[in-house]
Amino acid sequence: MENGFSNLSRRTFLKTGGALGALAVAGGGLSATDALFGEGVAEAHAEMQEKVTWGHCAINCPGRCALRVHTKGDEIMWVDTCTSSDADFDDLQPRACLRGRTYRQWANHPDRISYPLKRVEGTKRGEGKYEQISWDEATQIIADKLKEVIGKYGNEAVYLAYATGVSATTSRPFHRLMNLMGDFLGYYNSYSTAQISCITPYMYGSKGSNGSSLSAGEDSKLILVFGSSPTETRQGGLTTHYDWVHLRERTKAKIYMIDYRMNDSIMGHSDGWLPINPGTDAALVAGIAHYLIKHDMVDLDFLHTYCVGYDEETMPEAYQGKNLSYKSYIMGEGYDMVEKTPAWAAKITGIPAARIEELAQEIGTTSPLYVTQGWGPQRRSNGEWTAWAIMALPCLVGQIGLPGTSNGVRENRNSPSLSSFPAGTNPVKTSIPCFLFTDAIDHGPEMTSKNAGIKGADKLSVGIKFLVNYAGNCLTNQHSDINKAHEILADDTKCEFILGVDTVMCDSIMYSDIILPDLFRFEQTSQIATGSDHGYVITGTACTSPKFERKTAYEMASLVAEKLGVKEAYTEGKTEDDWIKELYETSRKKDGELPTWDEAVEMGVYTRRGKPVVSLKKFRDDPEANALATPSGKIEIFSEKLLQFTKGWELTEGDTLPGMDTLPAVPAYIPEWYGVETTTSEFPLALSGFHYRGRIHSSWGNIEQLKDVNPQEVWINPADADPRGIEQGDKVRVTNQFGVIELLAKVTPRVVPGTVAVSQGAWFEADANGVDVGGSINTMTTQRPSPLSKGNPQHTNICEVAKA
Amino acid sequence: MTQHAFYFDGTRCTGCKTCEMSCKDYKDLDRGIAFRKVYEVTLGETSADADGCFTTSCVSYPLSMSCNHCDKPACVEVCPTGAMSKDAEQGLVSVDADKCIGCGYCHMACPYNAPKVDRAKGHSVKCDGCPEFLAVGEKPVCVKACPARALDFGTVEEMSKKGERGNIAPLPEPTYTEPNLYIKPSADAKPAGDMDAKVANPLEVM
Repeated sequence: MENGFSNLSRRTFLKTGGALGALAVAGGGLSATDALFGEGVAEAHAEMQEKVTWGHCAINCPGRCALRVHTKGDEIMWVDTCTSSDADFDDLQPRACLRGRTYRQWANHPDRISYPLKRVEGTKRGEGKYEQISWDEATQIIADKLKEVIGKYGNEAVYLAYATGVSATTSRPFHRLMNLMGDFLGYYNSYSTAQISCITPYMYGSKGSNGSSLSAGEDSKLILVFGSSPTETRQGGLTTHYDWVHLRERTKAKIYMIDYRMNDSIMGHSDGWLPINPGTDAALVAGIAHYLIKHDMVDLDFLHTYCVGYDEETMPEAYQGKNLSYKSYIMGEGYDMVEKTPAWAAKITGIPAARIEELAQEIGTTSPLYVTQGWGPQRRSNGEWTAWAIMALPCLVGQIGLPGTSNGVRENRNSPSLSSFPAGTNPVKTSIPCFLFTDAIDHGPEMTSKNAGIKGADKLSVGIKFLVNYAGNCLTNQHSDINKAHEILADDTKCEFILGVDTVMCDSIMYSDIILPDLFRFEQTSQIATGSDHGYVITGTACTSPKFERKTAYEMASLVAEKLGVKEAYTEGKTEDDWIKELYETSRKKDGELPTWDEAVEMGVYTRRGKPVVSLKKFRDDPEANALATPSGKIEIFSEKLLQFTKGWELTEGDTLPGMDTLPAVPAYIPEWYGVETTTSEFPLALSGFHYRGRIHSSWGNIEQLKDVNPQEVWINPADADPRGIEQGDKVRVTNQFGVIELLAKVTPRVVPGTVAVSQGAWFEADANGVDVGGSINTMTTQRPSPLSKGNPQHTNICEVAKA
Repeated sequence: MTQHAFYFDGTRCTGCKTCEMSCKDYKDLDRGIAFRKVYEVTLGETSADADGCFTTSCVSYPLSMSCNHCDKPACVEVCPTGAMSKDAEQGLVSVDADKCIGCGYCHMACPYNAPKVDRAKGHSVKCDGCPEFLAVGEKPVCVKACPARALDFGTVEEMSKKGERGNIAPLPEPTYTEPNLYIKPSADAKPAGDMDAKVANPLEVM
């Protein structure tokens, strides 16, 4: 019955249902259909009853909104969300975004994976040719290869790739499995926040690494948003999309959004848009700092009490008298010896000097000041310093730790805390920056702590030979330089085995040797806690039975564990449902406000109103009792630790300021390698990425219904489009040193001249000539990491655009 | 009759299209058919001077709109078969698939891009205001879907208190069909009839 139904299209299914219904009415009820169709009709009718279950989105967007899945006969009919007709603006409802409302298309997608698959002998990775095999054969192959690789190369050759397609309390099954096999090579960083996560602890220590909540901005008088689009990056109804709309309506503050693109969070309120060249935010901050210093508007008391490194007075002893403070950098007394006047900043940022002065004057005279940034400015070759400079801005005027302020880091998120599936401990402490995994496959033993950010060891002893890619599209599509990644991954003498686990055939999974078919989290029991201004927990149950041979990741890891002889240790005799409940009970012991398990299942969505959070409030109140986790205990605008940590590092040209052989220890402006100041005659335009409403990263990039109304476009200003003969809707090619993509032109004044914008996450699709007609920006991004964090600088690109 | 109306809060809308996609899913609409659409209106320039410094006069705003269930529906007026009608109880305009011959006059006549002939189905299709939800005291699926709480639906008495009737570009003057759409415009919004305020995302709404 199940398989029969699941092979029907929804339309056929509906028609069948309609016919049955009509017959029942015409013939006077069930007996008539019984007479016509015989036994089993009553059962069919029972299955036709509409069932509604709670579920949650689990993709890499912290919204993770509520799904209310309507099913009939074990098929999804439509996907509703947590909502009600009487909801007030202030009512807390984690409403799913446009993408969540299309899950029916994804769950029934023609490319959905239904069986264990094995790469066809004699085909290359990436070709996408697979044959169906049994679960027994698949798990045996995985177990055998794992044992073989560990025996031959040691555990450091095993790697669980950075992948973010599934989030839930039990969504890390393979980490636990690998830990039971000894250990594996770890990673640090993420593809979202490598640069800012790296630099923030240098400045604020681990304690102050979050900004204030968006709701705290309600008390502000001036809000500065650097490179953030809260509505596009997190689109649900109780995440930053909602929080942003709420803040904008309730605050009396003037809001400026500093972005190279008039993003959707600005729409309708365009007077707040301050267009800037991408990658130049640190120069803007420097120009503002110069004005504040010149006009005696810096808060010296704050800087001397709470910070180190602003000027000579608070420089660490070993660095005094050397013009190494931030003020020395700004006034042209140290570093590159250039005075960072507003006129200097204007040429770089594209913001007129008079406008910079006006803004600086406003910053110097308005409080509270709320400064925040998204993760766009930091995803660049100079991202560590860009993020740092934005954080330094509120410090210059002492707008830290007070009501209505934020410390320049991205907004704080309130979330109840739930325990996660225990991953076990990993005795191998060696880790790589996740962005360098293709290097580790290609030439792992050449990677050291000085040239590639290897942590826990001086160097890698072996390359990656066994890789697990669970719910990830970062092997190619979301990694950089897809064409280069293809070359490295396709060669199965380098990484000898790749296991892929996913719901649909995406580009990355086509590099797998074995593929296992996953269930969505709304097709199984699952729980997640998340939140933004307000927190919530969603407890979901299976909307349908597992179709074909799909299994939960927990179950598939258990099967592999069985082949490896560690099943008991893996499961501890528990099902995944047992684990979820047990983990929840552990969480309830720490948080007595959480509902009971049965209540949580019944209500589906548990919400908790969050209070405004002001970052660094305790530190501001008492900086000695609540010292930061930095070496000085204070905010570090000059970081001695950074200099010490990077001593002896091998730098490449462009990593630092001209004439320097160390990385800057202050938040300086470093021109990007491929940026507005380093375009060439061949590639005269800067190219930057952004989040698009139609996808979160690459997730939903295959859903035609979404693509229809969210086309893949390159945003280009008329000043750049006109000389190239490009008009709105034209098919164009964007070319650079790494590849060529083909997509449509959006000719718009919503992007600055000299820079074009391509939303990240579109699915790579090479045509016969090697042109990516899917329009993935990562066909054009470099694998060279940013200098300090060794993170992905995927917004740092140059290109040329021409009509296709 | 209790005339019903939509309300659109242009100060809250971010153009995310959740309304549109929730409707498409619930109504099981094929590709190329959407009962609610989100229009982008963009005006002005962003230019660089000789020093590379920017000035901008750019304004941009979204408009989410479905059928406005007009008092004087052009679609009903031109329909040759009587398939398109306005119901006497709620004031909702809908199409009777059995009577519709798919001639497309309604599509051509409507100033709001609401009805469209679904060639696969062979008849005109459009927003019907989700009468099944209305019958149980609920609001249409698009309204309840909005993450930004920018949409509402109710009696014309309630909705007209919240905004101005149909007065936003690129819509025509509301006097033509008397739409039951009440709008709170954003600072960027231009009034109905403004000739410079054109649809900037034609690919997404046609």
